[in-house]
Amino acid sequence: MSTHSMIDPLHGGADPEPIRFLDDDGAYAPSATAAAFADELANVGVDDFSQWYRDMVGTRAFDTECTHLQRQGQLALWVPSVGQEGCQVGLVRATEPQDHVFPAYREHLVANVRGVDRLAIAAQFRGMTHGGWDITDPANGNVHLYTLVLGSQTQHATGHALGQVLDAKRRAGDTALDAGEAGIETGEATMVFYGDGTSSQGDPNEAMVFAASYQTPEVFVVQNNGWAISVPVTRQSRTPLYRRALGFGIRAVQIDGNDPLAAYAVGRRYLRLAREGAGPGYIEALTYRIGAHTTADDPTRYRPDGELEAWQLRDPIRRLEGHLRSLGVDDAFFAEVAETADREAKVVRDQILTLPAPDPDSMFAHVYAEPHPRIDEQRAWFARYESSFEESTA
Amino acid sequence: MTEIATLAERTTLPVARAINEGLRTAMAADDRVLLMGEDIGPLGGVFRVTDKLQAEFGSARVLDTPLAEAGIVGSAIGLALRGYRPVVEIQFDGFIFPAFNQITTQLAKIRARHDGMVDMPIVIRVPYGGHINSIEHHEESPEAYFAHTPGLRVVAPSTANDAYWMIQQSIASNDPVLFFEPKAKYWHKGEVDPAAPAVELHQSRVARVGTDCTVVGFGAMVTTLLQAAEIAQAEGTSIEVIDLRTVSPIDYEPLLASVRKTGRLVVAQEASGNASVGSEIAATVAERAFYSLQAPVLRVSGYDVPFPAAAIEPLFLPDADRVLEAVDRTMHY
Repeated sequence: MSTHSMIDPLHGGADPEPIRFLDDDGAYAPSATAAAFADELANVGVDDFSQWYRDMVGTRAFDTECTHLQRQGQLALWVPSVGQEGCQVGLVRATEPQDHVFPAYREHLVANVRGVDRLAIAAQFRGMTHGGWDITDPANGNVHLYTLVLGSQTQHATGHALGQVLDAKRRAGDTALDAGEAGIETGEATMVFYGDGTSSQGDPNEAMVFAASYQTPEVFVVQNNGWAISVPVTRQSRTPLYRRALGFGIRAVQIDGNDPLAAYAVGRRYLRLAREGAGPGYIEALTYRIGAHTTADDPTRYRPDGELEAWQLRDPIRRLEGHLRSLGVDDAFFAEVAETADREAKVVRDQILTLPAPDPDSMFAHVYAEPHPRIDEQRAWFARYESSFEESTA
Repeated sequence: MTEIATLAERTTLPVARAINEGLRTAMAADDRVLLMGEDIGPLGGVFRVTDKLQAEFGSARVLDTPLAEAGIVGSAIGLALRGYRPVVEIQFDGFIFPAFNQITTQLAKIRARHDGMVDMPIVIRVPYGGHINSIEHHEESPEAYFAHTPGLRVVAPSTANDAYWMIQQSIASNDPVLFFEPKAKYWHKGEVDPAAPAVELHQSRVARVGTDCTVVGFGAMVTTLLQAAEIAQAEGTSIEVIDLRTVSPIDYEPLLASVRKTGRLVVAQEASGNASVGSEIAATVAERAFYSLQAPVLRVSGYDVPFPAAAIEPLFLPDADRVLEAVDRTMHY
């Protein structure tokens, strides 16, 4: 792992090996650090792994299709997640329906598995909306909207998790929230995603202060893909990122982010601890984005030779395929999954291209909950102005 | 829940205490209302606006937060997503900027981004403005930044009764409200009537009737305008004073009616003048009442410099003399 041994351990002591269960070929070969989490996998079997594999291949096909659409001028921008499906699938499959998820903007698999339609995700990147789905609709799995101002969502997640604490206290008739007190069993947790670059922002650091102070039922997930657009993680931090969380008093580990089993096992443990009142956790997933940060940049300008190729050998889909084959899954399954993913991606592609533009009046409609004379005047003027063109062409 | 004694009858209170009573009433009425900020618990806030509220409602309703303004506002957003109605205290005007991103790029836009499926009923209380001879960042008027931001509402009461009512109306609003509290007025007493039918949150008021010239302001400036009107009256000029009460959206009709009557307008504010609330008022009145104007609309404001050191603060803040100087210019145009 490139970030594992990148620094002189100023903090004293070497970092433990990241948690992993699968080797680079998908053989079950737990690291010494994985043993403590192995029991979290006790009830996961070949059917689950098959579904995870389907999730990953389906997301990658959709993702690849969206990248092509951007190149064809059909999307304003696309944020590819290719290469990062492994930690996403393990983590999202570790959540329970009552949990909430606050994504950044690359969590396509997470959002989709929780129930958000892929078309809704793509709509924002086609410029049809700044949102895309109704977070109050249970069908969308308590997935909050993508956030483009880096790290803002970490504070929203922490406030939301604080609300989970306050809800539990209200149910218990407890009116006190004392500084530094142990958490309370909430039965639900909040998971928030961000990246290695965002870890330099103030917001996630303040969020960790609040999370530790209020012992929020929260799991911070940092997908460390090595690069903040063109700037390497070594520019962000002199220590592995998970060690920062430890400094806030938050339990933290580093996992092999391309190993879905590691992500699932640690995610499952940390979410359960959070729901039980044991406070927040922090997972640094060491992964890599195979494509660009977004379709606006060109990784060949900044990546060192050989780095991409080295990471392609650890591709999370290939690794889970290896694991499935070791469990007896045959070619027919993989062929069917590939064919299904391809077909579904093309369906979404056609849907994206026919997405209707929003009603222009909608730009006025949702700014305020209550009447606002200035907006009302401008809305009425706009309607008159637009309709004047209809009259003149009639 | 213990029985909370809220204000029962007409009484005279300082503005800080009036806000305190308004908060208490709102909290007693709705247990989703919670307060959060630095030092608002046992201390009761540096201005004691939240005095005794933690003892009454518990530390799970009145949260002493870590010292981090972005974290306070950002967490309040998460709580609002959870169904709570947070009332945030920013300790001083100049300290709101670490939270500026959360307020302007997040709080203000969340409802629109969600196509109206989600409301953000958050109140951000900000002690603001000069007249207390304090040090840097403790006496500023940042209201224009927020008035410029779509999705926010901005209010600034000037009297104890308005403070009592408007804090409750702001909490009841399903939109985010920046609640600017004129700290110069915190200790000034006024009558509070808990039985009075509340005017709407966004309604200006005529603070003094006059016929020769209209002056308009908000917050602590209203006191200065009333002083100026008193002096002018003695000199034979009748000034009508409009207390805006709301900075965004502005309730223009009473102001326009006044200008149509007097034909003259002076806009006064503590904040710097460039691209300010006063600029917006001047432009709008010029657009809508041009043919009623006998003279150009004049602005009296802080200069376009950072708020100066306390020793020379009185030279920066518009006082009655500077208002009257502008009134003289417009009267003799």
